[in-house]
Amino acid sequence: MNTEILGIIVMFTATLALALPFGKYMAKVYGGEKTLLDPVFNPIEKACYKISGINIKKEMNWKEHMVALLTINLVWFLLGMLILMTQQWLPFNPDHNPNMSADLAFNTTISFVVNCNLQHYSGETGVSYLGQMWLMFLQFVSAGTGLAAAAILFKAFREKTTDQLGNFYNFLMKSCTRILLPLSLVVALLLVFNGTPMTFEGKDQIVSLQGDTVNVSTGPAAGFIAIKHVGTNGGGFFGANAAHPFENPNYLTNMVVMFAQLIVPLAMIFAFGYFTGRKKFSRMIFGVMTVGFLLLTLPNINMETNGNPAIAAMGIDDSSGATEGKEIRFGAAATGFWSIVTTVISTGSVNGMHDSTMPLSGMNELLAMMVNAFYGGCGVGLLNFFIFIILAVFISGLMVGRTPEFMGKKIEAREMKIAMIIALLHPFLILVGTALATAFPAQGASTLNNPGFHGFSEILYEYTSSAANNGSGFEGLGDNNLWWNITTGFVLILGRFLPIIGPIAIAGLLANKKYIPESNGTLKTDTATFGLMVFAVIAIIAALSFFPALTLGPIAEYFSM
Amino acid sequence: MKQHILPAIKITVLTIILFAILYPLAVWGIAQFAPNKGKGEIIVYKGQKYYSNIGQSFTKDQYFYSRPSAVGYNAAGSGGSNKGPSNAAYRAEVQARIDTFLVHNPEIKQSAIPVELVTASGSGLDPHISVAAAKVQVKRIAQIRGINPARLEQLIAEHTDKPLAGLFGPEKINVLKLNIALDEMSKANNQ
Repeated sequence: MNTEILGIIVMFTATLALALPFGKYMAKVYGGEKTLLDPVFNPIEKACYKISGINIKKEMNWKEHMVALLTINLVWFLLGMLILMTQQWLPFNPDHNPNMSADLAFNTTISFVVNCNLQHYSGETGVSYLGQMWLMFLQFVSAGTGLAAAAILFKAFREKTTDQLGNFYNFLMKSCTRILLPLSLVVALLLVFNGTPMTFEGKDQIVSLQGDTVNVSTGPAAGFIAIKHVGTNGGGFFGANAAHPFENPNYLTNMVVMFAQLIVPLAMIFAFGYFTGRKKFSRMIFGVMTVGFLLLTLPNINMETNGNPAIAAMGIDDSSGATEGKEIRFGAAATGFWSIVTTVISTGSVNGMHDSTMPLSGMNELLAMMVNAFYGGCGVGLLNFFIFIILAVFISGLMVGRTPEFMGKKIEAREMKIAMIIALLHPFLILVGTALATAFPAQGASTLNNPGFHGFSEILYEYTSSAANNGSGFEGLGDNNLWWNITTGFVLILGRFLPIIGPIAIAGLLANKKYIPESNGTLKTDTATFGLMVFAVIAIIAALSFFPALTLGPIAEYFSM
Repeated sequence: MKQHILPAIKITVLTIILFAILYPLAVWGIAQFAPNKGKGEIIVYKGQKYYSNIGQSFTKDQYFYSRPSAVGYNAAGSGGSNKGPSNAAYRAEVQARIDTFLVHNPEIKQSAIPVELVTASGSGLDPHISVAAAKVQVKRIAQIRGINPARLEQLIAEHTDKPLAGLFGPEKINVLKLNIALDEMSKANNQ
């Protein structure tokens, strides 16, 4: 077996093996049980709560949770605008980078608050080091917000009948201090010892061996890159993201950050099982997600390794695969694998340029974000998947002629309406955005880097990435202008908060209902059959919503080559 | 919402201290024990400082070429060409690179040119080329520098980085290190 394929297999299986114990640990964290880091963080947290006037013993219902969540997110947004629009005058700006324009700051702040990290700037020239540190802060707390939201869902399905679903600040802080911070610290250390910079000095100037004078951007990158992956944020410290040799210096760091971005979403699935005592249900979720993931990943590895037929036709040796936009130290296989990992979970960091991947690889990247629930981002992946479960329960219930029940709770019209709205919101945001940008060539077509079908894919990708809170891009798109900054900004907000509020509302409503003990007539939701049903629902919704758009973009490009 | 505003502001300030000040300081502190104190790994050759991880442009015929770059190997920025696979202008660009390569390497057959030598990397700063991409340049460099091709082949073998632990990932060659070794070899040859 060749070393490139072996590298991928080991990367994936090692992460899986570690996700089980880590999931158990996360369940303990959210359950308030004793864990390893308590002696360090308990006193710190206590002091924080005391100064802030927060009583974490006070349990919240789902509405109070959402108010707390939205309020603190609003605070981060306002502070973010202020910092990014004044960074030029603030300290830690050795490269004298300018203030962000209002629309760029709007887009950037939202994009980091919502855990997306769509970047319409380049790290080298667009933000000061203070700005970078601020964005890094958002990478922690936005991932913490997603995890906290998922913890509310955990809580709602553990209790029989309750409206007391824990304390939001407690979940947020625990997510950050017990899960994200320790993992990030380990990853950051591995990075600095492999050549990633962590310095506050500005650009360096060197004369190359051949005699060219060039500048080298550097900065406090290692800490940023660690949390960007652990928190499934994905925003690059440098423009080229994880393809940059400072961000990702060798194959080992590539494996480490791959592990870093997969571990929390994977562990979260198992944490749900440990927390609610429904391990078999967790395994069903994991099974469905993994099948979806592999169905997208394997073709991409294959297509990227096989290379670009248009270049093969030029009669050169293309045994290294589709190398445009890829780095030699990772190879085509590992880059193809990464292209799906980063899109199924909502990281959006890239170690090769997606714009230059093969047409159908691009389609799979798009599909991964359109479904957005095969693993998914920190916490929110599970919330998205939950919507599909509710739909599957309802449809299965109708098929066998029973009242739909899930975990001992009746699913009624109100829950179904919410689930439908959330399920349709995602295609609505993507398709309406794409249609608008395509309808106005001055805004859409004029900003493209490629003609024809591929150009359409660039527009489609940008809105898909925004709605999925992913953050990767077909980066050829000239996206730092009023149109792209504002429209994607709004798509980002809607694509983040409604898919959090919806599932939490459903969970809160269900938690409040009377518990009906399981009987012979209960639809079993932890079986392979039900898993198949969920997968069918996902496939049908994705196909019906997105097939026409995909036909105009990647599929047409594929057939035109 | 009102009762949440003040706590939200206060906890934000406190967590900023924790995650945006103490955490990076801790990483920075430990980085002081890393190679070159966390300022990026460097090589010093003839009094000049080079970053070993940041690729350099090598376009002169007496050196092993590095890959094409969308940012001209100026690490003040970074990025790929973002050209789509079906883009006609892009295909013409690749064809032009192939033609240029053949002009400078007339003894090489077109089918021997590795694709990575005529396509741009994702970062524009790729420090590596593949083994095949180095070997295809041996004849040209041997002629220009008057070095026995067998010795260049050996130099390439010495500078080939094996896969991680011999098991994971591709083989590769750091172009800068290879070219420094090449200059050294020429110097020894001329003495």
